[in-house]
Amino acid sequence: MITLTNVHKAFGPKRVLQGVDLTIDKGTSMVIIGGSGTGKSVMLKSVLGLVVPDSGSITVDGKDVAAGDRDAFLARFGMLFQGGALFDSLPVWQNVSFRLLRGALKRPREEAREIAIEKLRRVGLKPETADLFPSELSGGMQKRVGLARAIAAEPEIIFFDEPTTGLDPIMAGVINELIREIVTEMGATAMTITHDMSSVRAIADNIAMLHDGVIKWSGPVSKLDNSGDPYLDQFIHGRAEGPIEAVR
Amino acid sequence: MNAVLSPLAAIGAAVLGMLAALGRVALFAFDTVTHLFRPPFYGREFAAALVQIGWLSLPVVGLTALFTGGALALQIYSGGARFNAEEVVPSIVAIGMVRELGPVLGGLMVAARVTSSIAAEIGTMKVTEQIDALVTLSTNPMKYLTLPRVLAATLAVPVLVAVGDAIGIFGGYIIGVTRLGFNEAAYLKNTVDFLELWDVTSGLLKGAAFGFIVATMGCYYGMNSGRGAQGVGRATKTAVVAASVMILAANYLLTELFFTS
Repeated sequence: MITLTNVHKAFGPKRVLQGVDLTIDKGTSMVIIGGSGTGKSVMLKSVLGLVVPDSGSITVDGKDVAAGDRDAFLARFGMLFQGGALFDSLPVWQNVSFRLLRGALKRPREEAREIAIEKLRRVGLKPETADLFPSELSGGMQKRVGLARAIAAEPEIIFFDEPTTGLDPIMAGVINELIREIVTEMGATAMTITHDMSSVRAIADNIAMLHDGVIKWSGPVSKLDNSGDPYLDQFIHGRAEGPIEAVR
Repeated sequence: MNAVLSPLAAIGAAVLGMLAALGRVALFAFDTVTHLFRPPFYGREFAAALVQIGWLSLPVVGLTALFTGGALALQIYSGGARFNAEEVVPSIVAIGMVRELGPVLGGLMVAARVTSSIAAEIGTMKVTEQIDALVTLSTNPMKYLTLPRVLAATLAVPVLVAVGDAIGIFGGYIIGVTRLGFNEAAYLKNTVDFLELWDVTSGLLKGAAFGFIVATMGCYYGMNSGRGAQGVGRATKTAVVAASVMILAANYLLTELFFTS
């Protein structure tokens, strides 16, 4: 279980998180929605320790994320970055099996390559892709490779940062389905940030809406369309009129 | 009063900013060195950095040394002719190359080629979240990116300087023999007779210091790159300028240290 309690974070005068409280139950898929620049990525990176909150606490299974063995903590996570964040200098298979080629989870290179090819197949890519470099892939293929890398070491918790940004609707649908299938079959806890409503409906068990640095609404996906929350209604219907200012 | 104080305040702020930046670079360099004694150590990345920094810099360092050695021979011959000291060309070319021009020009050429490349590569990795990805994959960017490059440059640049010294002296020899009428055997004898081991060693030590500076500045500015293409461009430019100035400053300090006592 991931718990954020009264988390604050400011960058200079800009107060991004102003008291975020959120709980993500084990084995569930939580999707965080909210407008651009509302601090969704900062919140996600705070859980991973990539951003250090100014105050508040973040725990995973009751343990403070800032305490203890950092490598062991991060070994429980997989992450798909918005732009893929694939390493340009490495071929696809070494990107996918990066964690398996070094550190505590190190395997022989042949075994790591086989696992990489299996994960590539799982995300719908042919084995021939393994020896290509990231610059030789399309945007959709890069996302899939990023997804394969995120699941390569069978993590307990997977984060997805804007998984469908920049993709055409069909490829976005493919990625959404893959994420849902993988999270379900691995039994992983998932946290996704997006403002793509088709992703929300495809991926989420639960939804939280971040606005003005706090969680404005949270609940199960089944209540998304009849929440009665004016902020959520405006956001999911994409209305210019409402409590959320269109010009920010 | 404000008209007087404002420029002074601006100068003071600039000096304080520069000192703060120097402090941050020093802490970054210290942190890098401490990783040398803390595993894991990424051998493949180190080997790749050796090839990139050392082997692939050979042509540019070699050509620089060749032309510098030739020009130096011409200059010393023409200058020496004013007081009938043309015969010092071989020894001055050799001493000038190994003590000063080999390490400094080699360092500056490597800074132009390597510092820019490291800063641009790491800066791009930062803005495309590859550095964050490394962290989430339980890999310390200082160990994976910085230490291999800094160590490779510190070891490779002295070798480049040694090769550059030899090529530079050869350049002087070619000009001395073909253009200035020196006897081949006499030129070589004068070169060897007046060259001392410390001349060569001091140049190689300078090379190691310049290699450390070159890679550290590239990594530091890359890791602290701003966002977008402009941020990476600015980081790259600043890294090369800072590395070049630091090489020249370090050269003066090392020369004081090595040759004035």
